[in-house]
This record gives sequence, structure tokens and C-alpha cells, in this order.
Amino acid sequence: MAIASDELLDCTGLLCPIPVVKTSKAIKQIEVGQVLEMIADDPGAPPDMVAWAKQTGHELIEQSADDGIFRFWFRRTK
Amino acid sequence: MATVGEKPFTVTDDGEVAQTTDEPQRKRMALVASKGGLDEVYPILIMASTAAALDWEVGIFCTFYGLDMVNTKRMHDLKVSPLGNAAAPPPLKGKEMGVPNIISMLPGMTTVATKMMRGWMEDSKIPDFDSMMEMCLDGDVEFYACATTMGVMNVKQEDIMPQATCLGAAAFLDFASEADLALFI
Repeated sequence: MAIASDELLDCTGLLCPIPVVKTSKAIKQIEVGQVLEMIADDPGAPPDMVAWAKQTGHELIEQSADDGIFRFWFRRTK
Repeated sequence: MATVGEKPFTVTDDGEVAQTTDEPQRKRMALVASKGGLDEVYPILIMASTAAALDWEVGIFCTFYGLDMVNTKRMHDLKVSPLGNAAAPPPLKGKEMGVPNIISMLPGMTTVATKMMRGWMEDSKIPDFDSMMEMCLDGDVEFYACATTMGVMNVKQEDIMPQATCLGAAAFLDFASEADLALFI
């Protein structure tokens, strides 16, 4: 699965709350409409990132899980 | 007099005060931090920094031992006591044997337990207290120092970190009364 992203944020090896905090900072660094790709291996990341998108209103375009590596694509909406 | 956490408002042409609607109302979380052990302030800082990352407004009322987390004389040296903690994990990874209380009560064991916990945090790449605090302040988390505790524990205004505001319970409850979520930790 290849989704074009404007920025890549690697959060592998990091536990809650760092991936959420870093994603929140990174999304502010891109333009509205651009896509941020985030990679994590914290098993808590999938539910956390879904909740983060729900709470902040940024769009979770796609997510994938492969051998303990989770990828998320977010579009900045505002 | 200081007012805290005021939500944005506008005054209409006929003089009525209305909440501004062009910005969606942010969710608000009110936390009461009543404990000052290193293991007891981590959950607070994790909840607060996460809520800030969710774009929530966060206010933490630091009262009783919780005041230590904003007291510059103590905040950088918070400790974990191993004594009487039935849930303390065994010190040696992979070994089931815990430490008996009679050993935990010996002088220096609090330092040992604190070093151990700091080590686990570092191994898991969880930021230390100072970095967690910085993350919270970065996310505009508000810290409120309980005025009564300052009096009781003889903590001076100049001992409180400059980012924290000194408040009483009524002012905090006023802030908390409009919170979507309130937790006592």
C-alpha cells in the first residue's frame, strides 16, 4: 500500500504518550491538506491514533499493520 | 484577581455577551494531583500531555504532596518508596522474588527504588520528569499551585515554578465546573 505523504514521522521504539505528542506537533508543521505518515511499534498506537484523529479532527486516511509495525496516514484538515 | 481558563467570548452590538462560535469549543480536562511520588506524578503528566496533544485544554490543581511537582526545590528530585508497595515488581528481571519490607525499610532503599524506576523509564524511552513537564508546558497545560498547601507546607511563592499559578479551591472548582472530564489522582 503506497500513499503519497508529505512528511514522515518515525515513532518506532517509543511508547505512549510520545507518538501521540509527536504526531500532534508534526501535523502542525505541514500545510492543511498535506499528508503525514507515522510509523510506530507500540501496540497501543492503533487505538490511540484513531482516538487522536477523532479528537483533533484530522483525517486518518489509511492505516496498516505488518509484523508489529503500524503505519498511519493523516491529512491535516485545519 | 486572577481568573483561570476563560473561554473566548464576544460582545454583540446590543451589548450581550456571547460565546464565540467561529472556533469550536475545546474539550477541557481538570486534574487534581494530590500525590508527589515519582510513580504517582507520571500518570498525571502522561494524561496531561496526551490530552494537550488531543487539543484539549488542561488544568492541574497541585495540592498536598502533589504540590511537589511544581515546587522548584523538590520537583527535580521526586522519589519512589519501595516500602509497603505490594505491587512493586521484583528488582531482577525474570526473577519472581520481591524485596521483603524489612529490607525495603533500610536506609538508602528509597534511593535504590528511585534509581530503578528511572532506569526502567529510560530503557523504555519514556522521557524523564523534566522532559515530561516540558512537554506539558509546551502543550499549554496549566499548573495551579494550591494556596492552602503552600501555607501548610511553608512553600513560598518564589519556590513555585514561574509557569504555575497560585490558586484556592474555589477558583479551581470554577475552572473544573466547565470541564468535560475531571480526575483526582
